[in-house]
Amino acid sequence: MVLEALLVCIAALLATAGLGLALVRRRAATVVVYAITLLATAAATSLGVAALLSPAPTVGPLVLPVGLPWLGAHFKLDALGAFFVVVINLGAAATSLYALGYGRHEEAPGRVLPFFPAFLAAMNLVLVAADAFTFLFSWELMSLSSWALVMAHHRRAGNAAAGYLYLLMASLGTLALLFAFGLLSGPSGGYPFDAIRQAPPSAAYAAAVLVLALIGAGSKAGLVPLHAWLPLAHPAAPTHVSALMSGVMTKVAVYGFVRIAFDLLGAPSWWWGALVALVGGITAVMGVLYALMQSDLKRLLAYSTVENIGIVFIGLGLALAFEANEMPGAAALALTAALLHAFNHSLFKSLLFFGAGVVLGATGERDMERLGGLIHRLPRTALAFLVGSAAISALPPFNGFVSEWLMFQAILLSPALPQWLLKFLVPAVGALLALSAALAGACFVKAFGITFLGRPRSAMAAQAVETDRFSLAAMFVLAFLCLLAGILPGYFIDALAPVIQSLAGAHLPRQESLDWLTIVPIAQSRSSYNGLLLFFFIALAASLAAEAIHRSASRVVRRSAAWDCGFPDPNPATQYTPGSFSQPIRRVFGSVLFRAREEVRMPAPGDATPARLQVRMRDVPWDVFYAPIARIVGFVAERLNTLQFLTIRGYLTLVFGALVALLMVLAAWQ
Amino acid sequence: MLDLFVQFCQMTVVLAAAPLLAGYVRKLKALLVGRRGPPLLQPYRDLARLLRKEVVLAESASWLFRAAPYIVFAATWVAAALVPTFATGLAFSYAADMIAIVALLGSARFMLALAGLDVGTSFGGIGSSREMMIASLAEPAMLMVVFTLSLLAGSTQLSYIAAFMQGPAVGLRVSLGMALVALVMVAIAENARIPVDNPATHLELTMVHEAMILEYSGRHLALIELASFVKLLLYISVIGCVFAPWGIAVAGQGFAAYLAGLVVYAGKLAAAGLLLAVFETAMAKMRVFRVSDFLGAAFMLGVLATLLLFVSRLA
Repeated sequence: MVLEALLVCIAALLATAGLGLALVRRRAATVVVYAITLLATAAATSLGVAALLSPAPTVGPLVLPVGLPWLGAHFKLDALGAFFVVVINLGAAATSLYALGYGRHEEAPGRVLPFFPAFLAAMNLVLVAADAFTFLFSWELMSLSSWALVMAHHRRAGNAAAGYLYLLMASLGTLALLFAFGLLSGPSGGYPFDAIRQAPPSAAYAAAVLVLALIGAGSKAGLVPLHAWLPLAHPAAPTHVSALMSGVMTKVAVYGFVRIAFDLLGAPSWWWGALVALVGGITAVMGVLYALMQSDLKRLLAYSTVENIGIVFIGLGLALAFEANEMPGAAALALTAALLHAFNHSLFKSLLFFGAGVVLGATGERDMERLGGLIHRLPRTALAFLVGSAAISALPPFNGFVSEWLMFQAILLSPALPQWLLKFLVPAVGALLALSAALAGACFVKAFGITFLGRPRSAMAAQAVETDRFSLAAMFVLAFLCLLAGILPGYFIDALAPVIQSLAGAHLPRQESLDWLTIVPIAQSRSSYNGLLLFFFIALAASLAAEAIHRSASRVVRRSAAWDCGFPDPNPATQYTPGSFSQPIRRVFGSVLFRAREEVRMPAPGDATPARLQVRMRDVPWDVFYAPIARIVGFVAERLNTLQFLTIRGYLTLVFGALVALLMVLAAWQ
Repeated sequence: MLDLFVQFCQMTVVLAAAPLLAGYVRKLKALLVGRRGPPLLQPYRDLARLLRKEVVLAESASWLFRAAPYIVFAATWVAAALVPTFATGLAFSYAADMIAIVALLGSARFMLALAGLDVGTSFGGIGSSREMMIASLAEPAMLMVVFTLSLLAGSTQLSYIAAFMQGPAVGLRVSLGMALVALVMVAIAENARIPVDNPATHLELTMVHEAMILEYSGRHLALIELASFVKLLLYISVIGCVFAPWGIAVAGQGFAAYLAGLVVYAGKLAAAGLLLAVFETAMAKMRVFRVSDFLGAAFMLGVLATLLLFVSRLA
């Protein structure tokens, strides 16, 4: 029943895509399309919640006579799928609500309205697909519809190049997944997931599938070094689509990896965990350091997505390592941390992108160099963005802290792992996680502080006006959920229990019955955390202090010019800029990682030209991975070009040579 | 019931003793360089005077600038209230383990760094930016120390760690030594002490913490000052309860044990304050960009200590 209803929602979304195409010239199209997507995704969210909380979450398989004629399209919803249905549709519903307001400013609605519902439908289809063909088809539909959305403003500088790179990387990812499913299905072509589960691949094939899945899903999720497209493509799309791509689509990629690595592949080997956790750790630190170096607000957020995906993969890697060593309790903890972080990230990243969209709409500016002081002009947006910033910086009492805390607890269980490589690797990954958490704090002090605080750095920023009520409602719903998941994490962990049970064979103890809603992942004597009490105490202490001071001491306030050591300068250019804010961190980390070089050109004494500071940074993954591949492809293309200008004798020789070579291969094969 | 009472005493003690500790360190530092120094109770008088004065608010300041001192103070106080000082068995110690305490201090720092950027002056920016650079190394170093301790004690709860360190199972370990050094280095950096920062400076280009709070005045400044006093006390208490856990009263012991605990705690604070004063007098402040070397060393020590524990625990 749930599955059928979900498929109806998906069909409604697909129909809305057609409706968007038909109505494109009407003024009402925006409202109609986003209202329908809001309803459909809200319905899908509640269906997902219902499935997750029901005692038997698995429904299906349902086979529809579409797709390959001898196969049909298999659909199934299990606990894992239901969890991701909630994550994706909650984010999508918030985005639709936001877009009811934001979408009206769209200059080219015809390029957005048809693809937006198709994108949502495709993401949902990936989650319910239960055979390799349907999965890959939906995956590709998701890639293509999001590509079309990235290209909505294709005339803007850089967007076409971003779209091109995205298309390339998406093809690479799908190709890897195609091979992965090819190996999983085996020569007999058992495409349905149930058939794959019954015949898990041999160890060598399983290893190949894992690496292919890491490439396929990792390129979509933004794992370093496959992340290069993400910070270009996500910000290029209209902002509500950026939120969807960063907050939601990366979770579909996480789903794809979890589905293959934890469900279809059977029992893992220990080195899988080492590989995944290491890639995750490097991704987390590289992502946040890149984010710190940006001055474009949306690109900063996109790089921060890379960081958070890294954190999720750290958890997944730990879970694989624990599972391989038959420690189901620890695996359950690591997996809970990873999936909870994926959920949390979908909340606060969507929220932050919404805020960036409001800033963009109100000032026409994404570059923080020309923003500032917006807390006076956009007070509500500023509050919501502040909550999102605190949550993503893993600060208590918000939700980001809970998942990172669980992640740390999982790391603290890992000395029991027997393999030596893991013994060296896991503490290093823990250090990387701690580093990325601290750097994320710096990054979001910068993002919020430079954009919203201080004095406006441009006339546009000084005249910004607060946004419409739909956008505000969407942001406040998400901000409230960030706080709720932070102070009542026990309920969210309990809701995850069936998912974890199905994947790791164990789950965390029930949390909801504990006193004061404390969370205790293992045992009271080991660790416990209570966000509700902390929130309550902070609020109590702050109001006590305020009450005591206002009652017994002074409450006089005098407005005056800023003190600034006696030399306040009215020019807003004297404030710290995004570049100067991150300069200390750039000097500490960037000189190695980004080969950052600062060059100061001082004019000769008496010369009136201004001094110049120039910073040069290189994108090392790009230089190491992408540039050589691009060079090789260019070189080969140039050489192959001569094939087009052969004589007829040349072509005949080529065909004959190819035939002989193939026959020899065939002979050698048998 | 007793738990609640101990918890209440703890909250009062940390709040009441923190300014005294600051005054004591200042007095000692003055004596060490041959000055007479301000009286011990001067910080209380400063706070009282600041509370009575009006707030001079910059024209470009927003609501965040006015709310930040309360949040900073509240988060720091709550964190300090959860560290066992003279007695374990705090009623709410289960609400936050050591990781959460570190993160609470992170919340306070996050708000303070934002407040530094709020008025839009260059000094506020310099302070915030440098503070976050220092934090980006100090916080992971602190977490590595937490890892080391909790791997040994099998718990991230401070009260359990303290009980473990009092017990016979500890022994002398290389990891503990490294963790102690790293923790002291982090404590120095986090509390803006020499050689990382100078709490007494108002020389423009060397300020970090003071630059961030330059625009604050009146009751807001009083709260921030009090929060920084409490933070110093918190770090000393953490070092005391982990590395010198003797004399901490345990739940169930009588009234006399609590009294003895208080006396021993005062002794620990006095000793730590003396060490801090001597250390600060003997050192010169280092350049801002050398701080990363200092904290990088702390971080590496923490990582090594953790790694040693991972490797030494054979299955």
